[in-house]
Amino acid sequence: MNRRTGRTWWKTALGLLLTALMLFPVYWMLNVSLTPARDMRKSPPDLFPAHGTLDGYRTVLDEQLPYLGTSLVIGLGTVVLTVALSAPAGYALAKLRPRGGGILNFVLLAAQMIPGIIMAMGFYAIYLQLGLLQSVPGLIVADSTLAVPFGVLIFTAFMSGIPGELLQAAKTDGAGALRTFWSVVLPMSRNAVVTVSLFAFLWSWSDFVFAGTLVNGGAHEPITLGIYHYIGNNNQEWNAIMATAVVASLPAAVILVLAQRYVAAGVTAGAVKD
Amino acid sequence: MKQTTHPPDHPSAHVRNGAAIAAPPPAPARARRRPASEQWAAWAFLAPVTLYLALFYAYPLYRNLDLSLRDYTVRSFVQGNAPFTGIENYRTVLDDPTFAPALLHTVVFTGVCLLFQYAIGLALAVFFTQHFRLSATLRALFLVPWLLPLIVSASTWSWMLNSDSGIVNAALHAVGIGPVNWLTSPSWSLTSVIIANIWIGVPFNLVVLHSGLQSIPASLYEAAALDGANAWQRFWRITFPLLRPVSAITLLLGLIYTLKVFDIIWIMTKGGPADSSTTFATWSYQLGFGNLLPAFGPGAAVGNLLVVAALVFGLIYLKVQRKQALS
Repeated sequence: MNRRTGRTWWKTALGLLLTALMLFPVYWMLNVSLTPARDMRKSPPDLFPAHGTLDGYRTVLDEQLPYLGTSLVIGLGTVVLTVALSAPAGYALAKLRPRGGGILNFVLLAAQMIPGIIMAMGFYAIYLQLGLLQSVPGLIVADSTLAVPFGVLIFTAFMSGIPGELLQAAKTDGAGALRTFWSVVLPMSRNAVVTVSLFAFLWSWSDFVFAGTLVNGGAHEPITLGIYHYIGNNNQEWNAIMATAVVASLPAAVILVLAQRYVAAGVTAGAVKD
Repeated sequence: MKQTTHPPDHPSAHVRNGAAIAAPPPAPARARRRPASEQWAAWAFLAPVTLYLALFYAYPLYRNLDLSLRDYTVRSFVQGNAPFTGIENYRTVLDDPTFAPALLHTVVFTGVCLLFQYAIGLALAVFFTQHFRLSATLRALFLVPWLLPLIVSASTWSWMLNSDSGIVNAALHAVGIGPVNWLTSPSWSLTSVIIANIWIGVPFNLVVLHSGLQSIPASLYEAAALDGANAWQRFWRITFPLLRPVSAITLLLGLIYTLKVFDIIWIMTKGGPADSSTTFATWSYQLGFGNLLPAFGPGAAVGNLLVVAALVFGLIYLKVQRKQALS
């Protein structure tokens, strides 16, 4: 074993170098978020936050907390809506063999290919008439369109793997379809629920297109708009902007550390990002 | 194909043949006809999502089509009595001086991004199939750019590419190259957004291609090594041909998702300066929302052209996928 590690150390070194190169922008975001305002225009810029300041993060605490709260509410709302819609659908497509299920599957795949801005324009026209612009529930519904087709796909694939005998046994014991779904299928699909929830949360947390069109200028705006307003106002406090960006990246970081296996599974299963 | 999204706790099993991008259509419904009561139960479970698709996909799409076929002004947009003008909006868009550059930029942006994302992704995927310490951890870290909110990536790149204070120009200066106006010069803005978008797209390619590589049997490589094939030959004669199905799927999906990239470009350059980084996606938004006087009709028309393009490639994707599922 020792000889083997001895021969591969240079691969580890190369891997570390490539990763460092790839993650440099992330490091730079951190570095700038800690840079004091007076050093921001320094040329060349400091490579390390030697005289680091937390001013940027103080600004985030002062100004961005409402945005973060809104994003959290919208993210959780999107998760609930997505799972509630896609888990039953996945169960039906995987186990109940509905007539016309193939068409529904096709429609779901096609739905994923519609560009986000087109959806945003349609939603804008509809919400304008319904008076739903600048409302949090409206944005939750719009954001859920990012995740529902993916959710159905994951649930269908996952639930196909649940042995039919198990469902047959539940049926023999007198459980109806609803009961079987609730007490047998759903508990067994915990992993799929986690995967779908993670992505639904991440996508709605990251959404900029729907937020920018549907709730721009409203009382409750998500964090993506918080950052966008910072940049748009020609704000020169880049440490505050980057500090907000760091805070907005936290969910992604948490998910990567705690739930990496779900992420990899989601990506290979057709994770799609707008 | 069916077991492809198996429980995530079997990481090695989740992509058996690599092309696990989308679940295949379930076995034909007629294979085993179920009793009518079961059909009712099935559709009861599907009812919410069907209603949802109709209300929140079909209807916005229909509204968008309607927008593109009428002469909307801000007033008639609210009142909803705009006169029907047929393909007038499409004609306006085709005659617009922005049309040709937007088309060119969309093609260049999509093509260059795909090429680099795929090439870099594949090179990294091959590298990470080798066993070395930290291999899995580092591969996981490569996912970070893909997980970050696009606004975070876009604003970070904006600052890195800033003409006066950006780290990129500082690095170029250190090797004796003069400052480049990455975001403010018409000749560089498209390059800048392409660079940022490649960075974001590499992880997806890496992960999917890496799982595709897992399905190539190691015995093939051993046999080739015994026959005296060097690493380069093994790659071109074994890896590349056997990875073709996965590559096709990855590229097609990448194509569909790169066509509709909007956030990155809008946040970094707003399609400017002087339309030098405008694509169909940003142009559509610009027309509908970017000006003081919105042109909803032409905006929707541009958007619908984009939908058609995405759906055409989508159909090709489904066809390729079905062919692979059968073979």
